[in-house]
Amino acid sequence: MAMNSALVLAIVILAATAYGTWHKISRGKITARNNQDAAFTSEELGSELGVQATLVQFSSAFCQPCRATSLILEQVVSKVPDVKHVEIDAESNLELVRRLNILSTPTTIFLDRTGKEVARAVGAPKRDQVINALNQLQRI
Amino acid sequence: MSAPQLIDARGPRIMAIVTFFVLGLALLFHSTLLIVWQLLAFATAAIFTPPQGIYGRFYRAVIQPRLKGPVPSEDIRPPRFAALVGTIFATLALAGLAFDIKPLFTIATSLALAAAFLNGFFNYCLGCETYLLFVRLRNRHTPDYEI
Repeated sequence: MAMNSALVLAIVILAATAYGTWHKISRGKITARNNQDAAFTSEELGSELGVQATLVQFSSAFCQPCRATSLILEQVVSKVPDVKHVEIDAESNLELVRRLNILSTPTTIFLDRTGKEVARAVGAPKRDQVINALNQLQRI
Repeated sequence: MSAPQLIDARGPRIMAIVTFFVLGLALLFHSTLLIVWQLLAFATAAIFTPPQGIYGRFYRAVIQPRLKGPVPSEDIRPPRFAALVGTIFATLALAGLAFDIKPLFTIATSLALAAAFLNGFFNYCLGCETYLLFVRLRNRHTPDYEI
């Protein structure tokens, strides 16, 4: 066993632990955004916007938390009135993915009633946090 | 999206932890045997699906019957994608050993090791983080918007 190999192994484990911890903390967090460029039209969405808000979820085939996210958001829209959940396959909508700078799945974009992006969550968001974010949106 | 085939979600995580230990030992001892073994494990999971791979069969025969509690389920496609990526990196690592290109062996093994560690201990989803980037790079020559 070479000393060098042991050192490489230690560095890889440390780096992966640091990255994994950051990843766990940051994924699913809902961050407020005010992106004027990222306005959606109902044509781009493939369906009508929600009356108050729309949750646009970008998913892909090789994504395990996408399924959980879909279930959480469906649950939320069944409780909160006038909010719509739309799931989009990222791979077949690459133009939209590029324009919105989506790097990983699931990414959920929160749209206000006009179709403007007001928040986004990368990774599976928590149910209560989604409801909080929607409540704040409706107060504006 | 169509209904995916579902498997026991604990399987891939336990397989990832086994993979982490195998690759860790392979990295320490520059072991061709362990790299070949892990390459077979990745390749069988990628080709025949994770539950039909070497570690999957071991999991179902030995570990699964001993686990209690509710069985979480997950889509079969993400762990299969991860196994495919693992197959590529294990092949590169093996090439590094065979042609005595040490940096290739070290980098390929380290990356596969890091992915297995994150998957096993942090429930990291490789497909979520890399697949879309891969598709975006592959299609980067097409125009961004069409008017």
